[in-house]
Amino acid sequence: MNLLLKTTPFHTRTSALSEGYAWRRWAGYIAASSYELSHEREYAAIRNSAALFDVTPLYKYHISGRDAAALVDRVITRDIRKCGLHHVMYTPWCDAHGKVLDDGTVSRLSEAEYRMTSAEPNLRWLRMNAVGLDVAVADVSDAVAAVSLQGPTSREILLQLGATDIASLKYFRLMRASLRGISVVITRTGYTGDLGFEIWTSNEDALRLWDALMDAGASYGIQPAGLLALDIARNEAGLILLDVDYVSAHHALIEGQKSSPFELGLGWTVAKDKGPYVGQRALEAERAKPSEWSLVGLDIDWESLEKLFAEVHLPPRLPSTAWRASVPLYRGSHQVGYATSGTWSPLLKKNIALAHVKAPHGKPGTTLEMEVTVEHQRRRASARVVRTPFFDPERKRA
Amino acid sequence: MSTNSYDVIIIGGGHNGLITAAYLARAGKRVVVLEKRHLVGGAAVSEQVFPGFTYSVFSYVVSLLRPEIIRDLELPKHGLQILPLESTVTPLPNGDYLAQWGDKDRSRRALARHSQTDAEALDSFGQLMHHMAMAVRPILGMMPPDPTSLSPRELKSLAKFGGHFRQLEEKHFNWLFKLMTMSAADFLDEWFEFEGLKATKSASGIIGTFLGPRSPGTAYVLLHHYMGEIDGAFRAWGFAKGGTGSVSESIASSARALGAEVRTNASVSNVIVKNGRAVGVALENGDEVRARVVVSSLDPRRTFLQLLDASALPDDLVTAVKRYKFRGSSGKVNLALSEAPSFTCMPGPGAHLRGAVSISPSYDYLERAYDDAKYGEFSKQPYMDIVVPSMIDPGMAPPGQHVMSIFVQYAPYDLNGGWTDEKREAFGDAVVNTVSEYAPNIKPSILHRQVITPPDIERITGLSEGNIFAGELSLHQLFFLRPAPGYADYRTPVQRYYQCGSGTHPGGGIMGASGRLAALRILEDGI
Repeated sequence: MNLLLKTTPFHTRTSALSEGYAWRRWAGYIAASSYELSHEREYAAIRNSAALFDVTPLYKYHISGRDAAALVDRVITRDIRKCGLHHVMYTPWCDAHGKVLDDGTVSRLSEAEYRMTSAEPNLRWLRMNAVGLDVAVADVSDAVAAVSLQGPTSREILLQLGATDIASLKYFRLMRASLRGISVVITRTGYTGDLGFEIWTSNEDALRLWDALMDAGASYGIQPAGLLALDIARNEAGLILLDVDYVSAHHALIEGQKSSPFELGLGWTVAKDKGPYVGQRALEAERAKPSEWSLVGLDIDWESLEKLFAEVHLPPRLPSTAWRASVPLYRGSHQVGYATSGTWSPLLKKNIALAHVKAPHGKPGTTLEMEVTVEHQRRRASARVVRTPFFDPERKRA
Repeated sequence: MSTNSYDVIIIGGGHNGLITAAYLARAGKRVVVLEKRHLVGGAAVSEQVFPGFTYSVFSYVVSLLRPEIIRDLELPKHGLQILPLESTVTPLPNGDYLAQWGDKDRSRRALARHSQTDAEALDSFGQLMHHMAMAVRPILGMMPPDPTSLSPRELKSLAKFGGHFRQLEEKHFNWLFKLMTMSAADFLDEWFEFEGLKATKSASGIIGTFLGPRSPGTAYVLLHHYMGEIDGAFRAWGFAKGGTGSVSESIASSARALGAEVRTNASVSNVIVKNGRAVGVALENGDEVRARVVVSSLDPRRTFLQLLDASALPDDLVTAVKRYKFRGSSGKVNLALSEAPSFTCMPGPGAHLRGAVSISPSYDYLERAYDDAKYGEFSKQPYMDIVVPSMIDPGMAPPGQHVMSIFVQYAPYDLNGGWTDEKREAFGDAVVNTVSEYAPNIKPSILHRQVITPPDIERITGLSEGNIFAGELSLHQLFFLRPAPGYADYRTPVQRYYQCGSGTHPGGGIMGASGRLAALRILEDGI
């Protein structure tokens, strides 16, 4: 093989599971789209039993030293003082104009030691902001292996492997554990909106970890799953994705491509009473006046789709995978926004999407029209603005 | 708070009764459902008959649950979760197997081993069945018109019905006619050559009937599978997480949320009729419940001949109901297993265990199974549709252990000499012995066995003669003939007494269309 992309430490296992050579790129790595020929059962496992994802391609940074907290606080919009020992925070971070650069998690591993994850490289940004601080920033992206175990039986599987304290691990908290002798950090996080955990270990222990999980998970319906399944679940959970639902201010070529946290439904992450951080002035100004855009959920009306398809004597046809495309939204004759990704939710039996709409049209209950293609014809289906997440089970936090 | 006066009483808490209740409650009616058992669901119940192991005791898959019902009643919000059940594997007597997978390429390849032309015919056959299903599907959501009536409303409905079929191309109309009249075997012979494939496909045409694959009229049911494909996204055909009882539970939960009251352990003995009008019901415990409308979800025999004084009913209805065919022909064996089954043709674990395993190697095999039943015996070598629910939903059994659901045909209601406990166990033995021929590790791993015969179905669920569809789904008992000519509109000769069970159009499986259409009829009648 003459592979020019990187493979993860789990590759010998994941490649052996691939039934159809369905891979895609993720941050310079190859990552499985699905292991089975169809992603359907992989998706079902997320909501029914447990799905195992290789999430090693996430960018990961280790931040340590006396001023570690100060650096993180200077970058992110949330207040690092609220991040206690072994807490995890989800947060975006912005440029000086308050436009989002990236989003990810911050885990407080010890008193003065944090791990940040992100969708894009951030070493340069972190180091630029570390000027004058006593802090070390290391890119550990290729040194830390990570899997995500998501679904209703995920806790049971970790319990079987000896993570006895897992039952008391709260949502967005972390713990250290030894799973059959393998040292890991477990965070109760994920990208599915379900009960789930991410498990972080060294590259050396990666394969043993995979094998232990698959072994203990066999009786609990564990299913290796790829990005196609994940994409459906994250849509149901209303979780946004960089480069799909928004453009990083680092890449945007025109102002209109950029978004503030408020415009991405992340207003709750912009802390009010915290020390100075990048973008603060712009964000505080935006807080005072309404944002131009809001990110909303859409529930696309089935009857209206059925009617459009019936005109051409077909039952409604929907892609079986989540879609990622900019799709115009109308109210009356005016375009008022665009959907960026969506999916048929096999769980909710609903056709859902995430969308940017001009703020006045973002009120839940508002009826918009979304462009759909029916037998090569551009038509419009009725779509209702709804709150996200579309799916939010109690077990996620319980 | 429970009172004793309602707008509507629904007799029977099976899925159709619950659906009628939910739709009526949604329209603002004060509704109570009276279920004789301690749990709702009728033939769609999940029970821990053996501790730790959940059986879908009777019906075991969701078949064509109407998408509009899923949407209108917001069933996913109330816990309905339908999981993929994608493959069908047919073990063959020579140790080989036929596999039909969810993936098209994989299916084609598996079939081409046996017949390359069959593998290529699958697509054209699918195309034809798509057209047939599109033609028939609207009927599932339509109240049957009365073809003998000259009322403008009936004529309009008939015209709409006729108009729908006029849209069909001539060749499709011809095919539809063939499909309605031929045997499944003859119909499939026109398309395929490989016996294992044809027999497995034909099996869907005999389920719940007292017919064999070579009996005329069995081809039509082949359509059901393809109707499921049209509803594709809704996965109207699949495995319900938690077993089929969770489908009933989700409907009951929706009905309650809409304001309906659901009472269990409330067995109705008869409908109270005053001046030709239903005014309430009497319970077996002596209580009475009053309402302006009474709806029976029970089968036609119970609805008309048991709950009412039949002497007050028109002769033509009484005669038709007496003639209505039940003759239950299927049984069920539920097993708790200490380990996963291992089939000789595909040893060990694998994706095939997450789908159906069909014991239907040839037409002759199925016909011989039918022959036994024709002469009053249960099949020594029965047709079986096997699923291992715990492979799909690990919550159905303790970790590492499994439940196996075996649908068995034929087991005639009228067994020579009658059913006894000994005969039930002998029937269970025949089933287990036959499964063991294909999966030898079954026998030693059985922790618990539940054998259900048609009289058991009748005794527990109330379904007359144990017919799983509340009356055979054969052409002479469908559409405007279900349950009886002139009485297919969910009304009855008794004012304000309605029927909503599977014994009305369209009936069959956990589809729910009967319950919904009955509710619409009641609302339309404005009471």
